[in-house]
Amino acid sequence: MTYRLVVNGEPAEVGVPGMRRLLDVLREDLGLTGTKEGCGEGECGACTVLVDGEVVVSCLVPVCQVDGSVVRTVEGLAVAGGSALAPLQAAFLEAGGAQCGICTPGMLMAADAFLAAGAEPTDDAIRGAIAGNLCRCTGYTKIVDAIRLAAERRQAGAGAA
Amino acid sequence: MTIQAPAGRPAAPTPGHATPLPLRREGPAKLTGQALYTDDLVFPGAWYGATIRSTVPHARLLAIELDPAFDWGRVAVVTADDIAGRNVVASIAEDQPILVPVGGEIRHQAEPVVLLAAADRDTLREARRLVSLRTEPLPPVFDPLASTVVFAHHALVKGDVEAALAADGVVVVEATYRVGHQEQLYIENNAMIAIPRGDGGMTVHGSLQCPFYVHRALRTGLGLDDAHAQVVQAETGGGFGGKEEYPSMIALHAALLARRTGRPVRMIYDRHEDLAATTKRHPAVIRHRTGVRRDGTIVAQDIELVLDGGAYTTLTPVVLSRATIHAGGPYDVPNVRIRSRAVATNTPPNGAFRGFGAPQAEFAAEMQVGRCAEAIGMSPLEIRRRNAYRAAGVTPTGQVLHDDAAALEVLERAAEASEFDWVRARTAAERAGRGPRARTARGIGLALGWHGAGFTGSGEAKMGSVASIELTGDGRIRILTASTEMGQGTKTIFPQLVAAELGVDPDDVEMAPQDTSLVPDSGPTVASRTAMVVGGLLVHAARRLKADVEGRTGRPFELSWRDDARDHGPTRIDERFSPYPGRSFDDATYSGDAYPAFGWAAAVAEVEVDLDTAEVTVLSVVAVDDVGRAIHPVLCEGQVEGGTLQAVGYATIEEIKLVDGRYLNDRLQTYLIPTSLDAPRIETILVEAPFEDAPHGAKGVGELPMDVGAPAVVAAIHDATGAWIDDLPASPERIIAALAGIAPPGPPGMSTVSAP
Amino acid sequence: MHVEPPVGSPRSLEEAYGLLASAPHRPLAGGTDMLVQLTGELGPAPERVLDLWRLDELRGIRVEGGALEVGALTTHAQIRRSEACAAHAPTLVAAVATIGAAQIQNRGTIGGNVMNASPAGDTLPVLLALDAVLVAGGPRGERSIPAVGFWPAYRSTALAPDELLLRVRIPIVDGRRQAFRKVGTRRAQAISKVVLAAAWRRDPAWRDVRIAFGSVAATPIRATAAEAALEGAPPTAASIDRAVAALLAELRPIDDVRSTAAYRLEVSGRILRRLLEDAS
Ligand SMILES: Cc1cc2nc3c(=O)[nH]c(=O)nc-3n(C[C@H](O)[C@H](O)[C@H](O)COP(=O)(O)OP(=O)(O)OC[C@H]3O[C@@H](n4cnc5c(N)ncnc54)[C@H](O)[C@@H]3O)c2cc1C
Ligand code: FES
Ligand code: FES
Repeated sequence: MTYRLVVNGEPAEVGVPGMRRLLDVLREDLGLTGTKEGCGEGECGACTVLVDGEVVVSCLVPVCQVDGSVVRTVEGLAVAGGSALAPLQAAFLEAGGAQCGICTPGMLMAADAFLAAGAEPTDDAIRGAIAGNLCRCTGYTKIVDAIRLAAERRQAGAGAA
Repeated sequence: MTIQAPAGRPAAPTPGHATPLPLRREGPAKLTGQALYTDDLVFPGAWYGATIRSTVPHARLLAIELDPAFDWGRVAVVTADDIAGRNVVASIAEDQPILVPVGGEIRHQAEPVVLLAAADRDTLREARRLVSLRTEPLPPVFDPLASTVVFAHHALVKGDVEAALAADGVVVVEATYRVGHQEQLYIENNAMIAIPRGDGGMTVHGSLQCPFYVHRALRTGLGLDDAHAQVVQAETGGGFGGKEEYPSMIALHAALLARRTGRPVRMIYDRHEDLAATTKRHPAVIRHRTGVRRDGTIVAQDIELVLDGGAYTTLTPVVLSRATIHAGGPYDVPNVRIRSRAVATNTPPNGAFRGFGAPQAEFAAEMQVGRCAEAIGMSPLEIRRRNAYRAAGVTPTGQVLHDDAAALEVLERAAEASEFDWVRARTAAERAGRGPRARTARGIGLALGWHGAGFTGSGEAKMGSVASIELTGDGRIRILTASTEMGQGTKTIFPQLVAAELGVDPDDVEMAPQDTSLVPDSGPTVASRTAMVVGGLLVHAARRLKADVEGRTGRPFELSWRDDARDHGPTRIDERFSPYPGRSFDDATYSGDAYPAFGWAAAVAEVEVDLDTAEVTVLSVVAVDDVGRAIHPVLCEGQVEGGTLQAVGYATIEEIKLVDGRYLNDRLQTYLIPTSLDAPRIETILVEAPFEDAPHGAKGVGELPMDVGAPAVVAAIHDATGAWIDDLPASPERIIAALAGIAPPGPPGMSTVSAP
Repeated sequence: MHVEPPVGSPRSLEEAYGLLASAPHRPLAGGTDMLVQLTGELGPAPERVLDLWRLDELRGIRVEGGALEVGALTTHAQIRRSEACAAHAPTLVAAVATIGAAQIQNRGTIGGNVMNASPAGDTLPVLLALDAVLVAGGPRGERSIPAVGFWPAYRSTALAPDELLLRVRIPIVDGRRQAFRKVGTRRAQAISKVVLAAAWRRDPAWRDVRIAFGSVAATPIRATAAEAALEGAPPTAASIDRAVAALLAELRPIDDVRSTAAYRLEVSGRILRRLLEDAS
């Protein structure tokens, strides 16, 4: 079967079995290896991407269910044609939110959805938003700091605009 | 904060200091998805590899049977017969085979027997099901206390324990502690890709901590010389000790298949295989008998420690060493006897995990100190104040501590930041006034710990690590070490240290890739030795390079290095480790300076226990760690926070149950680690009591926080509920058993036997 | 290693029934159970998969004929956001809020939770406690099956292989109170060790008491002895004692990888006692 999706703003067409995991389509068929596999069973969140704006674990989504959908991955976050870090990524870099980096792509996507929802960036709200993303390196402290920093800058930016 | 900058050197940048810290070097690549981990690497024509493992804990392998109905021409099959070199995974002892041969002994479930590779995953999956192993069962041993196979043992004696315990006015406190397995749970599973070379050599790319360990394993198992084995570290998604040694096995497997097929072979573990087959933290049984006087002086410690090594030696003797030396905790006790042994059981081998034996030993030691305090009616803070090591204190190996013995400082800082006395008075009042139908209980707990920085004993002297700096002919400054980046920040702090010495910008200093064909053997990236030992070598090398260049040019290095390269060509400085002056260890008598220096840590945890379900919420942890010198405070804090949460998981929820020597928690759905909602607020305080013999004062930070988190949390559970939980994890099942007087779960870490 | 069986993606219920009649298919909703099984090679892979994701007929939440109706394909996230659910089935909202984390709640469906028939499925005790009715459809038309009896044995349901679950009906009862308590290993992404849902009325005696548990038996169960001990009894400490004693006598939990029989039994009694005390 042929499935059409829009990935990071680019139309993509893949001829693959419908039960192929979105994760495999991204990594193997489209060569977008930024999205990681940590468990293949929905537990770790490393494979988190956005499908039509919602966070999902791409290891549990078959490609037949995203035909016609808009998919966003870590490769789609950077700005200025991919040459500059997005504010969220910059906040992670400054705050020390990435260590080994393997959870980072999924964590960023969960954080991106949280920022887009515009909720108040309280500690509990941020922690709730990334509860499906395991990190073994950071103890989450600096990840939460980074997301709060990005949210505050976003609010400040919106206020100024 | 203690900042004692040795004369002639500017004070180190410290938290809150204005000096801008370099950002994580490989950070942008990781944040944009460009960083390439092993499974992200593409090698055209690569086949997929798989491992067929035993499914019995102990047996003789009689035959390997391939279903004749299948077309085996589509699949590469490798058994022990195909091993060109020696069939051992080179490590401390050479007891672990790469593949169990027919006629050989299977010693644990998950032992590799046959390797398969195919061009596509469907064929591989089909083939995997069509291999069967014929075995003859042998009786398994699961109880470490009953095992007669001893990998290593030690006895450390100082003073006269029996006499001290029998003395008048000494209260004797006895207890036995048991801890289970813990999985490192790096989020990137183990992964290796082997590429056969035209010259008969083999190149392996993989997720690993110690390139030269894998290199040696390849040479031994494949019968290759130095030049024909090449190991390249890919971006590595966490290690924590779990990628210290098992990667050698996986690299050998991938390489054997690559040799057989003449193609690249990808050996990428899924989470299930990684959990089921690779090494865990050693379970331990630790018995304490302690004598304490009413004034709080601990006069004697009698400690017996047994580690379950699993089926093969792996790194167990070294883990046992560290556990033994740390077993008494950071206390100056005149009479000490520590007897320890590590034994074999028919379970998968246990190995390195952050802390390397110390967390097990120090959990028991700290719980025991808490019990002693209760026995004499003293506060847990006060008893530690009275007994903690001070400068000139003497450890059980006879090591005399230097001025950097910061036990009291970390203790007082932790007590102050957590308002320990005040909170504890409040929890005590709450406990006293608690009605029978209270819903929750709060508690606070304290732990103090120490951690020997670097290898134990003479390890570093024997290793003779080398780190190099090169000024290339085209004017680039390059660091060459085998120290791997797994998230700790190696690639950031090395250039930072070197740049500071040379007076250049950190961005002017490059890092050569961790490729054994390019870099010298600077030893494994373990034992919190990277910043202290390898970082120290680099500082020395940088000083030499600077002197060389300035000698030639007569101008400051930062103004002249490019000219020097152009005019004089490349300069390379190889700096080899030489023992720290005046520090030595005698392996024969097991005495002397067990470590070049100790780091010191304290943690205070606050918990809330649900009195209906015994669910524990760890509300906060104050973590105070003496790291010698915080080269990069943000990265340092990151280490403390991550280590602290691993300790919280160890204390509360991380558990592996076994049946017939097989882990039941062999998927991420059953082996649970803390999520963001389970993680406490962690307040980190870095203390700097510099190690005077390292040029930069650093002692290492990786493992310290792991030693104190668990006893602090379990002490807090005790404060909340009054129950002493002696087994880890202090799960709700164990707490309820203590509170309600019902049957506790079986001992952690020990396999049950299924009904026939 | 992930298995990729062929999949049919019908656009209407009619088409779906047609495919089901033509050959055996395993229905696929949000996939959060099925893909775990396919990747982990847990159990035999289905020969064919029937993707329900496009069947909007199976989505939506409405109040109709004195009942709250939740379409089988409704996701946990949609239930969490629903005002109708909050008003009439707050325990269902509480239950789905504990399932996995955001990623799982965005895909996982109530129909999948019901049909997966895990003894640890968190919505199942709620459906038992609220006297829910499960509406199935197939080539022989629609039929309604009470939640009690829907899960006859370990991981099985009352549906025939060619039937689909269409929706869940929860009767709206005046004066009904409800409560939910899940005990898991951690605060997110945790399968239940014990899960309790209850519903009742008080006049002031206990009336229409429903007490349901998950993770303490091979199927989700009603604690009928504990219910009987309360029914018509005054809200006193003595009646609570009797109910808890009855519960402890009727439950037979087991040891498994997540917990122990002893813990499950003890904690079941403790959380029921707490719930009844709070309700008194
Ligand atoms: C990380 C993670 C955490 C989880 N946590 C929890 C938890 O805390 N509590 C909990 O209860 N569950 C949990 N689950 C399990 C799962 O998410 C839920 O059971 C979910 O509700 C399943 O819904 P689904 O739509 O994804 O089901 P699917 O995977 O699509 O289907 C599940 C089963 O139901 C059948 N089925 C689905 N819809 C229909 C239908 N309409 N008619 C007939 N048959 C149908 C399918 O054939 C399949 O056998 C978790 C899963 C993961 C991966
Ligand atoms: S890989 Fe998808 S959640 Fe772990
Ligand atoms: S940074 Fe390593 S797992 Fe999160």
